[in-house]
Amino acid sequence: MNAVTVENITKRYGDTVALNGVSFEVGTGELFGIIGPDGAGKTSLFRIIATLILADSGTANILGFDVVQDYKELRKRIGYMPGRFSLYQDLTVEENLSFFASVFGTTPEENYHLVEGIYKFLEPFKKRRAGKLSGGMKQKLALCCALIHKPDILYLDEPTTGVDPVSRKEFWEMLKQLQQEGITIIVSTPYMDEANLCDRIALIKEGRFMQIDTPQRIREGYSAPLWVVQTDRMHRLLGDVRAFGGVEYGYAFGEAHHFIAGEGFDPEGLKTYLRGLGHGNIVLHRGEATIEDCYMLLAKQ
Amino acid sequence: MVIKYLLEKEWKQFFRHKFMPKLVVIFPLMIMVFMPWATTLDIRDINTVVVDHDVTETSRQFTRTINASSYFLLQDVVAGYDEAIDMMEFGDADLILEIPAGFEDEYAQTGAANILVAINTVNTTKGVLGRAYIQMLAAQLPPAVEDSAAPALVPKMEMLVKNMYNPLLDYKYTMIPGLMVVVIVLLCGFMPAANVVEEKELGTIEQINVTPVSKFSFILAKLIPYWLIGLLAITLCFLLAWLIYGLTPAGSLWTIYFFTVLFILTMSGLGLVISNKSSTMQQATFVMFFFVMIFLMMCGLFTPVRSMPDWAQSIAAFTPTKYMVDVMRNVYLKGSSLADLQTEMIALSIMAVLLNVWAILSYRKSS
Repeated sequence: MNAVTVENITKRYGDTVALNGVSFEVGTGELFGIIGPDGAGKTSLFRIIATLILADSGTANILGFDVVQDYKELRKRIGYMPGRFSLYQDLTVEENLSFFASVFGTTPEENYHLVEGIYKFLEPFKKRRAGKLSGGMKQKLALCCALIHKPDILYLDEPTTGVDPVSRKEFWEMLKQLQQEGITIIVSTPYMDEANLCDRIALIKEGRFMQIDTPQRIREGYSAPLWVVQTDRMHRLLGDVRAFGGVEYGYAFGEAHHFIAGEGFDPEGLKTYLRGLGHGNIVLHRGEATIEDCYMLLAKQ
Repeated sequence: MVIKYLLEKEWKQFFRHKFMPKLVVIFPLMIMVFMPWATTLDIRDINTVVVDHDVTETSRQFTRTINASSYFLLQDVVAGYDEAIDMMEFGDADLILEIPAGFEDEYAQTGAANILVAINTVNTTKGVLGRAYIQMLAAQLPPAVEDSAAPALVPKMEMLVKNMYNPLLDYKYTMIPGLMVVVIVLLCGFMPAANVVEEKELGTIEQINVTPVSKFSFILAKLIPYWLIGLLAITLCFLLAWLIYGLTPAGSLWTIYFFTVLFILTMSGLGLVISNKSSTMQQATFVMFFFVMIFLMMCGLFTPVRSMPDWAQSIAAFTPTKYMVDVMRNVYLKGSSLADLQTEMIALSIMAVLLNVWAILSYRKSS
């Protein structure tokens, strides 16, 4: 049975269309990622399936409950971690945890096994007020509080935004552990590299899902001829490459630039052309598509 | 019970605040210690200048009487009216008393004489009261001819005034019960107004909204602390009024508590409605400020509602403070009981119920 079935959800704010006919399904126990830049509609989608706002049209069924009719039942089973830190900053770590446990009618002890792996990082600071924690610690506490009532489904809205790379890695390891417990997880992120850690991902742009599949299949489905180029004058390179005949479009990608070649592209010709413009140490080779390349390609189409 | 945990949370948050808990004590203290003196409408020490054209024993006696009273402060005795007017222009005198030449003779012969009084009425109250005080003193001037054998033929009418409920006409006694209402308005109006909107600004409301907590429990947990705070503050006011001014209610303290509870409900209900409808703290405080200003200016605390124009009186009828100020003054000074205050009870009950139902309904968990 599917944990989540969303059909044709649309949400507008005035003239702005936040979600434009979004449909997807998430299987029970799946780690589902929603990948897209800021403003793509990720948060609106979370708020709808978390019963916080109503969609203009479309239906969403979570764990067999309708988000509009059965919101009361559903709220007992959802764990939601909003993008913004939203615990009580003037309560301590310990107090936040037991407060959120008690509003769900449980105690921190009852479900301690669920949060144990995360809470052990927080244990030394349990008497500290939540507002005084570091960014990564706040994130861990927020996850603990979203988990403490043993939800069947967990929504994480950009949980790793503004968190350092080490904490990000730890965070994803925790998610994998939680998945072992049988919790269905929907996570959104603007970081394309995190996409590979999900079972399946949806690429979202301007309120539309462009593609939904496993990260691997999305990468394999990449059809365009992708090239990677690197020289010693990177800041000028992108403009120069774009101006070369047969290059369809290029974009910065980490330390190198990626570009898509069209018909009649001549790699040796490009090298000569770049040398002529004063570039040295030219490295040019075919590249293997990452999720980000797939996103760029889909976004262009 | 979820409400217990919610209350525990509100309580902790309130006491962790740096300034809020202190406010519960500082507010009543400030308002009860200083305000009765500051808001008094008793006029004292009116700067007076006398223009004495007569220069006789009678005119000097009158000047002495004026100087001896605490209402007037004799600045100078000058020779001409122009000089006196100059003093008023420069702000050195607010009242000019001109005693014409032949004042003593006329007074001795006819038993009546004229004096001219010019008063600065930029401050109307000061002007009106100054005139009344002068008249009072003039009436006390002894007959000029003491050895008059024949008693005055004109029958004299004398007024015997008995001041009911505030025998010493002490203005402070009128203000103190009213000022207690101000304490409640400030504590139980502004604090709830800031509360829900704070959760909105910090984003914590998101996290609460996805929990199964019902809106009734959530709002109730917000209200109960303010009821307690309000009752605590009013008790402090009772104590201070007794300790500093020796003022105790003529009526029952329980009547006051009963109405205080009703009034706190009304004010905190309004505060929460505003909080629910606002999206930022500024918005909430400004809107609350707007209502509080109207509530305080129109409630009859400073000026009697009955002397306002009819349209203003109808606006005043919708301010909860009007009823509460009436209740406080009547119970404190007149000793009114619950049975005497039925209009106030009904009015406040209606407002309390309406505002609190609205507070619960206007808190929307999903939009």
